[in-house]
Amino acid sequence: MTTMTALTQIPCIRSGRVYESLDKSELVHHSGGEAVAQMSMANSGLIRRDINKISRSFEILQDVPSAKMLEICKQAGELFMNASLPLGDGAEQSPQDYIESLSSTTGLPYSLVKRNMGKIHEVMTQMPTILGGLTRGLDLTALDGAVAQQGGSLISYYPTAKSLGVVLPSNSPGVNSIWIPAVALRIPVVLKPGREEPWTPLRIIQAFIAAGCPPEAFCFYPTDHEGANVILQSCDSGIIFGDEKTVARYASNPAVQVHGPGWSKILIGADKADQWESFIDVLAASIYENGGRSCVNASCVLTPKHGAEIADALAKRLAEIKPCEVDDENATLCGFANPKFAEYFESTIEEGLNTPGAEDLTARYRNSERKVEKGSSVYMLPTVVHCESFDHPLANREFLFPYASVVEVPQDQMLEKMGPSLVVTAVTEDAAFIKQLLRSPLIERLNLGALPTSRVTWDQPHEGNLFEFLYKRRAIQTVKK
Amino acid sequence: MSAIAESALAQAKDQLDQHLREIIQWHFSPETGCPYWLNWAKQAGWDPREDVKTYEDVVKFPHFDDETLRNEPHEVWIPKQYEGKPYKIFETGGTTGLPKQRISWHDHEYDYTEFAETLDPEFFPRGGNWLMMGPTGPRRLRLTIEHLANVMGGSCYHLDLDPRWVKKLIGNGQGDQAKAYMEHIVDQAAPILKHRNVSCLFTTPKLLEALGEKVDVPGVGIKGVFLGGTSMTPQVVRFLAEEILEEKAQLVPTYGNTLMGLACSKPLSAEDDYALTYYAPQPRAVLRVVDPDDTVKTVEYGEWGRVELTTITKELFMPRFLERDEVIRREPWGRFAWDGVGEVRPFRASENKVVEGVY
Repeated sequence: MTTMTALTQIPCIRSGRVYESLDKSELVHHSGGEAVAQMSMANSGLIRRDINKISRSFEILQDVPSAKMLEICKQAGELFMNASLPLGDGAEQSPQDYIESLSSTTGLPYSLVKRNMGKIHEVMTQMPTILGGLTRGLDLTALDGAVAQQGGSLISYYPTAKSLGVVLPSNSPGVNSIWIPAVALRIPVVLKPGREEPWTPLRIIQAFIAAGCPPEAFCFYPTDHEGANVILQSCDSGIIFGDEKTVARYASNPAVQVHGPGWSKILIGADKADQWESFIDVLAASIYENGGRSCVNASCVLTPKHGAEIADALAKRLAEIKPCEVDDENATLCGFANPKFAEYFESTIEEGLNTPGAEDLTARYRNSERKVEKGSSVYMLPTVVHCESFDHPLANREFLFPYASVVEVPQDQMLEKMGPSLVVTAVTEDAAFIKQLLRSPLIERLNLGALPTSRVTWDQPHEGNLFEFLYKRRAIQTVKK
Repeated sequence: MSAIAESALAQAKDQLDQHLREIIQWHFSPETGCPYWLNWAKQAGWDPREDVKTYEDVVKFPHFDDETLRNEPHEVWIPKQYEGKPYKIFETGGTTGLPKQRISWHDHEYDYTEFAETLDPEFFPRGGNWLMMGPTGPRRLRLTIEHLANVMGGSCYHLDLDPRWVKKLIGNGQGDQAKAYMEHIVDQAAPILKHRNVSCLFTTPKLLEALGEKVDVPGVGIKGVFLGGTSMTPQVVRFLAEEILEEKAQLVPTYGNTLMGLACSKPLSAEDDYALTYYAPQPRAVLRVVDPDDTVKTVEYGEWGRVELTTITKELFMPRFLERDEVIRREPWGRFAWDGVGEVRPFRASENKVVEGVY
């Protein structure tokens, strides 16, 4: 048996109150499997009961003026990045402790954890810009119960939800940036962390509380599937991350926003295809940044010509990426906390390659298998597959590691074939093509020019507008004075 | 180690062995026994009356096949001396087809009459009325909770609850329908609690949770809650005791079924982290915690194993039935001078998804 007392304790947080459950789940090191921490698991009845009483937290939070909340966000961002913060059981967590803990349970190298920390820090400290993007420059006093003016018209908004439930994944800490603006918008959040990644949401919560945010803003429940369902059913609005099945399950529920697969792509216009060598770095970065774990990572490159050459160049470039020690500053690959994922990806790709018309070009350069072990960790090495047709089963796939297909598709067929895409980087200056892209409902974020798909600017929200999800504009008239 | 005196352990053991010998004699003698066991003994080639002297000898029997409760006619289970006496038919589990059935004359009443004496009158007042917020229909609980209320001097209110329907809904992924059905149950219970004088409640963990969302359970006069029907964790029990009942009403969890009867719980306490330990109604039923890979072996105290039930009454002899549960073997405690079973959960719960529903 493990010595339980020595392990870090991750508590539940019930409207700001720390709660230790009798039901504990062990967090283990991604390589080796030794216990790293114990998480208090919330039972579904407790979650439902808390959410039923969340109106009080909502009122407390709504009473904080928006301007004050923006100050809190800024300070919380600094604390998240630099301070030692409580973990819940009296222990403190330094930024380095956070980096090491997160890396130990998820397999993310320190370098990627730090990059994600930077992203979260930016979200918290740049909140005025983000809210500006979400609200299209709304005077935030309009959310403080005041009647404001915009463009000469009176405006009034009301919150449509008293809580936002979020069922988080474990793949990348950066996904937490999606819910953080809800706190700035003064809607309590009810978070279910991913099984291997309670560290980031908990640290964000502690940073907010340390910065003076009312603790009632936060519920944090490590829990099982039943508990996750209760969060989504009981909160007025919810966000879940998942695969196509999850997307289908909630398709008819407007109260739940699903962040499904990204299927992000790079489209090379006919006018730029001959210059592909000049932007090959952007293509590569779009595929491998953040370990290929984000939905904004490109998983498919569509080009009207030079497909084989582009694929070969990308394969050569990406095959140089090898697993490193977790504290290596150049590490870009993540180990798999659950090796079964790696096995699944490996068998899916191998099965796909059995269908004629596709070749794994990275196999020429990597001098090893695709799935490798380093120490006790399992890694999937970057993979570039050249597909002869977009109909090939490997052409429009995405996996939790740097993977992309390169397919030749005539420019005038690209939009018709590509399907829904979270991010599209379109390398083109063809005005007619750009007009088509701008009119397409298939693209959530459009990067015009050679920008990595992973490049995010904070005034450009994508994948659902959180403000429009949580607030609604009402018509208003007042007696003229 | 056990805080119980060696003499008490020895006395309980003697009592069990003697009871077992009597019941074996009863079921395997042509003047008193039932056709099933008499036929079985003919084919087995050994005579349990000769070869079973102590409880340790029970392992000479194979595991009881509960399919016989579905496939055999009731007549094969009637002991000679009970012929002609009408019996009750109770059902276990089942969602489709013919369910498993057990016949009973008075066993179910003995269990609950004895159990009534263990309930604290401060929380389960004599003369107080009960609400049975659990499965109805062919379930033994339907009658036994009413019997319990009656032997304690009170009456029992009922509502309609078909647990098989809920199980089917959950199995089919119709979570919203299951939720609606739960609400339908609670909607039946709430007016009774508000308008009638009820002080004791039988229900399941999920239904108590749901009831707590609708009414202030101790506020409507409930003083004691007898909880059963599904497995429950210490965390769930703690939540129910601390937050739904606000520690104003007493929570008494139980572990039981149609085949065993009723196992009593060691009293819950926060100091003990709401650990759940149950003690079988020995000598009428014995729970042994066995190694799932070698069921002759009993696991050590503190270890997980599968539950093996042996029911030893004149109405039913059922040796070595492997329950669908796994538990931690616990030491004898208090007045229970025999092994307890702790933290009941569906067998191999960590590996398989088991539909338990509201019941």
